[in-house]
Amino acid sequence: MANWGTGEILVRLDNDKRAGSNSANVLRWSIFQLSRGFKVSVAILVFLLLWETAPRLGLVNTTFLPPLSEVLQAWWRLLLSGDLADHAGASLTRSIGGFLLAIAASIPIGLAIGWWKPVAQYLNPLLELFRNTAALAILPVFILLLGLGETSKIAIVFYACAFPLLLNTISGVRNVDPLLIKSARSMGLSPLSLFRKVILPASVPTIFVGIRQAGASSILVLVAAEMVGAKEGLGYLIQYTQFSFQIPEMYAGIISISVIGVIINFLLVLLEKRLTSWKQSYSE
Amino acid sequence: MTAKISIQHVQKTFRIKRNLGHLKEVLQPVSALQDINLDVKQGEFMVIVGPSGCGKSTLLDLLAGLTKPNSGQILLDGKAIAGPNLDRGIVFQQYALFPWKTALANVEFGLETKGVGWKERKQIAQEYINLVGLAGFEHRYPHELSGGMKQRVAIARSLAYDPEVLLMDEPFAALDAQTRETLQSELLRIWETTRKTIIFITHGIEEAVYLGQRVAVMTSRPGRIKEVIEVPFESRTTEEDLRSNPEFVRIRHQIWDLLKDEVHRAQEQEKDKSLKATGSKSKVKGVASDG
Ligand SMILES: Nc1ncnc2c1ncn2[C@@H]1O[C@H](COP(=O)(O)OP(=O)(O)OP(=O)(O)O)[C@@H](O)[C@H]1O
Ligand SMILES: [Mg+2]
Repeated sequence: MANWGTGEILVRLDNDKRAGSNSANVLRWSIFQLSRGFKVSVAILVFLLLWETAPRLGLVNTTFLPPLSEVLQAWWRLLLSGDLADHAGASLTRSIGGFLLAIAASIPIGLAIGWWKPVAQYLNPLLELFRNTAALAILPVFILLLGLGETSKIAIVFYACAFPLLLNTISGVRNVDPLLIKSARSMGLSPLSLFRKVILPASVPTIFVGIRQAGASSILVLVAAEMVGAKEGLGYLIQYTQFSFQIPEMYAGIISISVIGVIINFLLVLLEKRLTSWKQSYSE
Repeated sequence: MTAKISIQHVQKTFRIKRNLGHLKEVLQPVSALQDINLDVKQGEFMVIVGPSGCGKSTLLDLLAGLTKPNSGQILLDGKAIAGPNLDRGIVFQQYALFPWKTALANVEFGLETKGVGWKERKQIAQEYINLVGLAGFEHRYPHELSGGMKQRVAIARSLAYDPEVLLMDEPFAALDAQTRETLQSELLRIWETTRKTIIFITHGIEEAVYLGQRVAVMTSRPGRIKEVIEVPFESRTTEEDLRSNPEFVRIRHQIWDLLKDEVHRAQEQEKDKSLKATGSKSKVKGVASDG
């Protein structure tokens, strides 16, 4: 299967070299695309099929796990009524807000700490401690201090995003290849331009690891926070529909969160690829 | 004639952390260079040969101003070296290219620091890319280039900002024989037209005799200058069969004789070190099993 796939690539490259590609090649090309699309989605399709059939065949209780089609109908109703957009909008505003605030604060601070070596040595253990304190464990503290409103929600997202960002930025700066620094220094760079032209670009890949981690936890933490005390948001939607036994709507909320998570991750990966296109990619 | 570069009684010691098996770390001094004395004249092509680990790269770092000697001094144009500067161009043993920059942008780097304008910079960089035979590869990233190509980008980078002194650390080691010969004669041509002062480190005795006006032979660690050999050929680029010239062969033999014992001693040192290392390891094991 895999061999066949690469064979198709070679065929395509060959054809690109020649001037015109005829319809047979177009056909082959679309077959190749289809096969690739199939590989990517087959597991998901099987899962969805199972979700549809298992309740219908009576393998699981329909009340607790309605078939996929019913969930999608509920999702569609939520979409048409505008409820879904309201809840998703509220959640996204909070998580993106906290995420961006964390980026704006953590990356500059991380760069400074990483550059200033003694500080990094002293602060790292403390930061590790904070990072490993689950954000949700201190949610009560945030609620006590900031109330049940938006501030505490954004603050908890900020907290969850800040530490992976901070730690990755610090380690990115600290682990720049000393040879590159040596090479740049040999060309008489001032410390400031050394930082701007060498340290910063060299640490971008590591910083991005932090951004991806933060992106993932921003949604994760927010949904949980919205289940505790909120009047809107996807977490609230899931919690509320479960209490009021609107099970298809509950699953519709869950699906929405997964899709949003996948989209956010996809966008971040895309951005990362653009910014680190110079890195070795292990494709043939 | 006064010396362009004057290395006077230079000594360099590293402190390396050694774990002696009792969780106790000691800083053990390792003497890398001991009392180096060498004068390099303006416009001279000086080659340094020596066994592996004898301190050649250490000496080059000192000349670059990246590190400071523990004692002694290095004068450039009569003044002590204060730090790195664009008046010296360095080709590192391990290329040291910036992986996020294309070949062309890497060559531009020094020019950028020098303050050369955008357009001129591109043009100069392209010239040097062509010079090292990499036309067509200027927009590749380092990871898309072979070892030899990376080395050539590094050479182009240090030539591009036109330093007075070129410091080259085994720049042709990773190249195939043909490319090496091409670049050797290209380097000689550049040297003869620009009259830059060049300090060139190599493992190859033949390369040393072919390129150098003088060849400094170093001892095994701690490195000292054992002897400096004159290579009395006038113009190398015109002499076709220099390599079979009897004088060439004689000097090559002379350097080989000087180097032979040092290489031997360096290998003994290595063996000694690895024996010691395994010895202390087994001691650690013993302690652990006792406890
Ligand atoms: N930063 C350092 N810290 C500790 N020891 C060092 C350091 N740099 C070099 N040394 C030691 O100094 C000695 C000389 O090293 P150097 O790299 O100058 O050798 P070299 O002559 O360039 O060898 P090669 O021909 O293999 O490149 C070696 O024994 C090495 O272990
Ligand atoms: Mg070396």
